[in-house]
Amino acid sequence: MTYIAKPRVFHPSLEKNELGLTRRDYEGVMSTLCAGCGHDSVTAALIEAAWELAIPTHRAAKMSGIGCSSKTTAYFMSESHGFNSVHGRMPSVASGANAANRDLVYIGVSGDGDSLSIGLGQLCHAVRRNLNLLYIIENNGVYGLTKGQFSASADMGSKSKRGVPNEQPPIDPALLGLSIGATFVARGFSGDKNQLVPIIKAGIRHPGLALVDVISPCVTFNDHVGSTKSYAYTREHFREAVEAAFVAPKDFVRPADEITADIGSDDVHDVRMHDGSVIRFRQVEGDYDATDRDAVYGYLRERQNAGEVPTGLLYVDPESRDLHDVLGTVDRPLWNLPFEELCPGSEALDALMENYR
Amino acid sequence: MKTDRVNDFALKIGTVNGTGSASANGLIMQSIFRMGVPVSGKNVFPSNIQGLPTWYEIRVNGSGHVARTPDFDLIVAMNPETYAQDIEELVPGGWLLYDSSWPMADTLRREEVTFLGVPLAEMCVKSFDGGRTRILMKNIAYTGALAALLDIDMDVIRGLLEETFGERKRHLLEANFKAIRLGYDYAAEHFECPLPIRLEGMDATRHSILIDGNTAAALGCVYAGATVAAWYPITPSTSLVDAFTAYCRRLRVEEETGQSLAAILQAEDELAAAGITIGAGWAGARAFTATSGAGISLMTEFIGLAYYAEVPCVFFDIERVGPSTGMPTRTQQGDILLCAYASHGDTKHLCLYPKDPAECFEFSVQAFDLAERFQTPVFVLSDLDIGMNDWVVPRFRWNDDYRPDRGKVLDAEALAEIETFYRYLDVDGDGIPYRTIPGEDPKGAYFTRGSGHTKYGKYTEDPDEYQEVIDRIAVKIESAAEAVPAPEIRSRPDARCGLITLGACDGAVREAIERMEAEDGLRLDYMRIRGFPFAAEVGRFIEAHDLNIVIEQNRDAQLKSLLTLETPASKEKLTSVLRYGGLPLSARHVIAGVKDRLGLAAETAEGVGA
Repeated sequence: MTYIAKPRVFHPSLEKNELGLTRRDYEGVMSTLCAGCGHDSVTAALIEAAWELAIPTHRAAKMSGIGCSSKTTAYFMSESHGFNSVHGRMPSVASGANAANRDLVYIGVSGDGDSLSIGLGQLCHAVRRNLNLLYIIENNGVYGLTKGQFSASADMGSKSKRGVPNEQPPIDPALLGLSIGATFVARGFSGDKNQLVPIIKAGIRHPGLALVDVISPCVTFNDHVGSTKSYAYTREHFREAVEAAFVAPKDFVRPADEITADIGSDDVHDVRMHDGSVIRFRQVEGDYDATDRDAVYGYLRERQNAGEVPTGLLYVDPESRDLHDVLGTVDRPLWNLPFEELCPGSEALDALMENYR
Repeated sequence: MKTDRVNDFALKIGTVNGTGSASANGLIMQSIFRMGVPVSGKNVFPSNIQGLPTWYEIRVNGSGHVARTPDFDLIVAMNPETYAQDIEELVPGGWLLYDSSWPMADTLRREEVTFLGVPLAEMCVKSFDGGRTRILMKNIAYTGALAALLDIDMDVIRGLLEETFGERKRHLLEANFKAIRLGYDYAAEHFECPLPIRLEGMDATRHSILIDGNTAAALGCVYAGATVAAWYPITPSTSLVDAFTAYCRRLRVEEETGQSLAAILQAEDELAAAGITIGAGWAGARAFTATSGAGISLMTEFIGLAYYAEVPCVFFDIERVGPSTGMPTRTQQGDILLCAYASHGDTKHLCLYPKDPAECFEFSVQAFDLAERFQTPVFVLSDLDIGMNDWVVPRFRWNDDYRPDRGKVLDAEALAEIETFYRYLDVDGDGIPYRTIPGEDPKGAYFTRGSGHTKYGKYTEDPDEYQEVIDRIAVKIESAAEAVPAPEIRSRPDARCGLITLGACDGAVREAIERMEAEDGLRLDYMRIRGFPFAAEVGRFIEAHDLNIVIEQNRDAQLKSLLTLETPASKEKLTSVLRYGGLPLSARHVIAGVKDRLGLAAETAEGVGA
């Protein structure tokens, strides 16, 4: 049996969110990933973010492809529907689900193999489609389940476990996203939950596709000296570009202390989103402007050329128009529109037949 | 002198692609239809935007036999590049109408053909200004010449032009009609009109419409309540989604807001189109994609996922000539086996085989019901001939009592009444489990996966747990055999041989059966397969005949193979007649093939044209 149910632990002292749910209610089955895997920390951050946002558990849909990363959708929110689809194709399945039901919170979890190799095309076109989806790439530079081949995000010169250097240039999801019109681009590190949770929260609430690249080291195949995706390397070269926190729209305003818990109160400025929500940024890097696509692109190139791993909620487009805005579909989910509204009926058909005479 | 052949002839118009001949040809076709005479039009076009030769074939037949025929009585040759070929294809005693503005080489002359030269270009240059207009009007002008030669009702033509252009475009109406008169008057003055092949008004199309299969299928999707369509452009299926889009703009708009009641997504490729369709089906919408064989090849991995994860979704495969790119603008029935078993591992799919646009409309509605009832992909296999050509079919009717069969879906209320929900558990013993729609109720949540799973929906690598689920799915799919459209069977007393076919072959095969009975006294039974998995009736038909001849449009006898695999019938009882060069089937080929299989001396397959 490779499926392990996690024992549910309830304790009266467990903190509850505004739905009366504890963090335990947002958990899934037991992880079968390696001990210390970065992905489990991302799972923990997702649970924290979903709990803090008080998402009704059954109103979320977890979408994934194939690979270690894609397994993680089983490890959180077991009261949500999940769809572990085919390798590299999560974006299209999520697009269809979102087209059918715009009211759910879509959480997509993918990996660097799933999204940057076999599914690169699907990633790009989902970004262009800008469906309302949190798109996490758990990025470790390596194929784990097939035992340690380089992935498309492996840096030039990064060494495999056997000491062989990678000699093909990497595809950087953040730069890629910026170049093809992504409306939300972030990078986090599975080793920094404090930074990651607010990014995930903002990404979930972002009205469009939120591309979140998370450096998530593979402890078994890519955590050695010479690897540029190891815990040690990432910690050493980690550079925060900007600090950000998500502020819910006015109607759902939550205690102010929650906001300040995510972010300090000094030197902050707000970016107001289309739907009324606010992303609050705290400057780390002088005049960094997370709404200036070209400047962000230049900054990332510059810092990466300097050997750093720039992180944070790197870019957001406050004017983001999602898939349904562009398609001009009704505000209600399409899947359960009353049949009477969908079927024009016999009279209309009889009239229509005259056009084919 | 030939005797008159009223309402029984075929003509062909050869033009250059991109010169606007489509509207002229459509006008001729529609005029004949409006005269109440059964007619068909086959567009034989190149995979090209401008410049290559293109033809339009029209067959008129008062008895209703309008399958394609390769025997042309009249050819309008507007493209000098194909003169030789066009002249060659005429039956002895036929007529060639050509543009005599330029001389026709003597070497092209054929004695048993009458050459009718009309100086179309010359007349149009004199009467119209502007290069483009002159080219367009030249094509309209041959319509006029044909009207005189074939006795097409000029009032009908005028009426159609008025409907097309209306008062707002009066100048275009007058220009078009002027061009038609040019051709008409010239022909009337210089030739003995009408020709022995001619039209006479009938009353055989009053309750019919003139429509192509893709438009009909799209209309079916609208009526079935489909709300998500995903696609990638590919001939010959593109016009299906185009038609769906056009219908949705008209019929699927929320009155108060002007917003759309459907989402149509042009995907980056067919893989994504399949993924979107499956995602939408999973989320509860009636969703479809339309593609052709090459697209199905790309979609097969996803199709396996939908089969194994039991997601309802509908695939329209408008077949064209394969393999590979094949001949994108020619028809074939080459995807029968591909669709029946698409994907790796053990998979088998429900397939519907419409014969014409009327069945495209009917089957597309049925496809959505079957997909949801059996929670599985359903394929509608149309083809280029059905999908892109205009057919005369009975008007579509709609029963307002129809409600979608959503199958076994548990809503919050139903979930409240059960202890625990398991997605893949065979509660009713019919192989069909219950499903829930994401977002409806926490109790209905489950994890959908294409990896091994137990009947409780959990991941597994256990042999017994795996087999239990995959065996149950087999039972479910087999049970659909009696739910898909039943075969159409026509029996003649004492017939010992049966002809079996599917899809667009119907017209040619039925015409062949009638002719062989009338001309040779042959009695043949007929079975047209309309659905897969095969109903028990299919096997019984085969068993009941000494010999069954399976007529289909592919090289490898795919339907015959499927019958051999999927019915208890013995292989010895089945033989084939195959045509697969890309043009719609004709009765002549069927007759030649059937007689050959029956060991009867007749016109052999050799010497039978394209």
